[in-house]
Amino acid sequence: MEHGRHPAHPTPMTYLKVAAILAIVTFIEWAIFFAPESMDSIKLTVFSVLSVMKFALVVMFYMHLKFDERLFSMFFVGGLTLASGVIIALLVLFQALL
Amino acid sequence: MATIAGVFSRPTRPTGIWAWISTVDHKKIGALYGVTAFVFFLVGGLEALIMRLQLARAEHGIVSAEVFSQLFTMHALTMIFLAIMPLSAAFFNLVVPLMIGARDVAFPRLNAFSYWVFLLGAFILQTGWIVGSSPNTGWFAYAPLTAESFNPSKGMDFYVVGLGVLGVSSVAAALNFIITIINMRAPGMTLMRLPVFIWMTLVTSFLLVTAMPVITVGLIELYMDRTFGMNFFNVDAGADVILWQHLFWVFGHPEVYILILPAMGIISEVLPTFSRKPLYGYPVVVLSGITIGFMGWAVWSHHMFTVGLGPIANSVFAITTMFIAVPTGIKIFNWIGTLWGGSVDLKTAPLFAIGFIFLFIVGGLSGVMHAISPSDAQQQDTYFIVAHIHYVLFGGSIMAVFAGIYYWFPKATGRLLSERVGKWHFWLTMLGMNLAFYPMHFLGLDGMVRRNYTYPEGMGWDFWNMVSTIGAFILGFATLIFVHNFFRSLRKGEISGDDPWDGRTLEWSIPSPPPEYNFAVIPTVHGRDAFWEQKHGSGHGVHAPAGGAYDHDEGHGIHMPSPSILPLITSLGLGIAGYGLVYSFPVAILGAAITMFGTYAWSMEPATAPDEH
Amino acid sequence: MEHTEAAPHAEHATTTGIDHRKMLIWAFLGSECMFFGSLIATYLVYYGQSISGPGPADVLDINTTTVSTFVLLMSSLMMVLSYSAISKGDVKRFRVWILCTAILGSTFLGFQFFEFTEFAHHHQEFECPPALDRPAQYPDTACMDGATHYEANYGLTPRTNLFGSTFFTLTGFHGAHVTVGVIWLLSLFGYSFRRRGEDLIRDGGLNVDLAALYWHFVDIVWIVIFTVVYLIGVTVA
Repeated sequence: MEHGRHPAHPTPMTYLKVAAILAIVTFIEWAIFFAPESMDSIKLTVFSVLSVMKFALVVMFYMHLKFDERLFSMFFVGGLTLASGVIIALLVLFQALL
Repeated sequence: MATIAGVFSRPTRPTGIWAWISTVDHKKIGALYGVTAFVFFLVGGLEALIMRLQLARAEHGIVSAEVFSQLFTMHALTMIFLAIMPLSAAFFNLVVPLMIGARDVAFPRLNAFSYWVFLLGAFILQTGWIVGSSPNTGWFAYAPLTAESFNPSKGMDFYVVGLGVLGVSSVAAALNFIITIINMRAPGMTLMRLPVFIWMTLVTSFLLVTAMPVITVGLIELYMDRTFGMNFFNVDAGADVILWQHLFWVFGHPEVYILILPAMGIISEVLPTFSRKPLYGYPVVVLSGITIGFMGWAVWSHHMFTVGLGPIANSVFAITTMFIAVPTGIKIFNWIGTLWGGSVDLKTAPLFAIGFIFLFIVGGLSGVMHAISPSDAQQQDTYFIVAHIHYVLFGGSIMAVFAGIYYWFPKATGRLLSERVGKWHFWLTMLGMNLAFYPMHFLGLDGMVRRNYTYPEGMGWDFWNMVSTIGAFILGFATLIFVHNFFRSLRKGEISGDDPWDGRTLEWSIPSPPPEYNFAVIPTVHGRDAFWEQKHGSGHGVHAPAGGAYDHDEGHGIHMPSPSILPLITSLGLGIAGYGLVYSFPVAILGAAITMFGTYAWSMEPATAPDEH
Repeated sequence: MEHTEAAPHAEHATTTGIDHRKMLIWAFLGSECMFFGSLIATYLVYYGQSISGPGPADVLDINTTTVSTFVLLMSSLMMVLSYSAISKGDVKRFRVWILCTAILGSTFLGFQFFEFTEFAHHHQEFECPPALDRPAQYPDTACMDGATHYEANYGLTPRTNLFGSTFFTLTGFHGAHVTVGVIWLLSLFGYSFRRRGEDLIRDGGLNVDLAALYWHFVDIVWIVIFTVVYLIGVTVA
């Protein structure tokens, strides 16, 4: 129990499942990209949602954040939130400028 | 067998230069930071004095416009990055492990690495004075003034690479302190029992870790433009130079709090000790510090009110900026509340702390004035802003640094700084500081524009400029008095004993100077102001180990990290790579190779040599 | 703090029970978020602001990059399997998987190198301008004999336009991170032959865990880049 309380990590089977989902989602993204242009408006939303999904899967399962210390989530989500905040604020500011 | 060396090696001890080069002891590294930073403080002060001489009279011709530009740029860069930040780092190093009851920081070698990288970054930044072209654009280096076509000298390259290297040092050090504070507290030292200085170190470290990458990206983009002809700030290619201002101030405003929060932490330690009272409203002070840290991210465009961001952006940033006055004001009331009704012992350290409160209020009030964006439009780029920044950075950070030096000097060296000389130092500093910077308010409101190397006669500015120059020289003289006090007290100062101030926190429970391992027995903490509780507390029954108890236990069974030369080698590679990025890429690759070699050797080297005992 | 571990320098009982180094890597990754966040912010702020071409739709090839994205995602699978193996003390499997990770990472870098050179040498078909407007630099032969179109170099380098500068800097710094990762993984692979990998097993695979976290982080940065720069970037253009 000394070094890093290792919480119950998922089994390799879970890892494979996650990989399968990641691969399928990437394939779907690729397919949607080549969908007719009339769908462009919803494409952006779909891409964003799928991307967030892949991101979350890797972070939660491969980086074990779902099972690991809350402190790590705080560090990481903190950095992520701040970074998103800066990106959004800059986009808003520049839209206002242009 | 580990030798016991205090922060300053005694001639009888077998130390020598190698002990310093290879040290991983947080106290020695703190001393290295402190001495180096103070030397740069003197350098930055000298630059200021030359500028004040130039401005003492209208149309003075002591320096040219170009040299003046380099002077004010380097004055700011030196004071911010090479003096105040590393002085804070010196306190972090000296005090943090002692206050939380730890034997060292979490990563001692990384700590040494941070110092050496800082030193090399400082050299790179100062190289301009040797090759004759220092950065000359102001410390904010607005594009497109920094473009190769407008600024072909190497000065800007030293700026880019120097700040980049210093950023590596800051992030490494900040990560180290975050882990140390979260993970190395003595048993019982819960978060809400942490001394406020530790809290402020933690908040500052988080700010460093998150703000530094932003300026790093800005610097990378500038480097790409200057070296590879990219277009980040090339208006001809459609670039918007305001992007640099945003990237700079997204970093730059948290940076302001990086400079002031450690100072607030020091004040929050000094005042309770010398009032013999607990800090008034501890949870609120901690919360205010955290709030300031958070809010520091939401105010950056107040540096850009006159850019033309539009009324909505200006209003939003004006409101968030004014909001910061709330937690700051809360802190000031709590400090006053701490003094109120206390048996205040007006030694030099609390004098500087009280001076801090006075001067910081002045700076805070003018700060709220330019938070009002229409008002700022009148003040932008005038001496009014110069007055403000010096009231918060000199009146704030530097006063607190001196308070901290008078407070912790006995812990670090075992000797007291002279109180008599200290009082002279304090009063001359107060006098010089106010003479130098208060008139700048008048000059600014009277329309004197900053960063101009001279001004015409008959503007009505001559008198106050002369007063300001006289004040600056008094300030310089006061600083020399301090230097004298420092060196004299180092050798002949009164022996302080372990606990000269009847201190409240754990660092006063161990010998002065502390043994290499700090605590022979890791203390158990039962409340806030842990040591005070032990000495005067209401019977938690924990007896403070007497000083003598340590001697027979000299390092027995305590494995301290062994000295290592690898942090220096690894950082040397980084320094060489830095010069390589300015002058020649093969050299940069050589530097990178050295760093890589250092990293490998480092990761294979055990932290503690196995056969030390 | 009570301590039963046999290691000689065992004063690593930490306040939170978490290993210092694991906390360090997570705090570092938080910092890296800000780094890539700022690069992405620059990319987005300058999106569509280039005065001259080529733009994202001209050069980016979604087919190629989908494959390289897939490669990088699968490298994360290999990585997590290698960590899983070492934490169970299985050095042999660990070596196989970590080598696979490094190979897939290098493959990704190969794709990136290929992509970058392709962009630089990108050719495109242009409509021939009316003879009178034809600037001197157009190859005279291209539009002779009544040809309506001609082909010319329309390459993207970091200096070409704003898109080039932001694109190459963002993806280049990601690539640099991948390169560091590959070196790290190969170092661990080599290290596993020292004392039959005992050092790696002893601390529950912590050394591998740290590299893995870094590697996955680089992977998720790419997930964002792929979506923002490639999928959305080309669709909007």
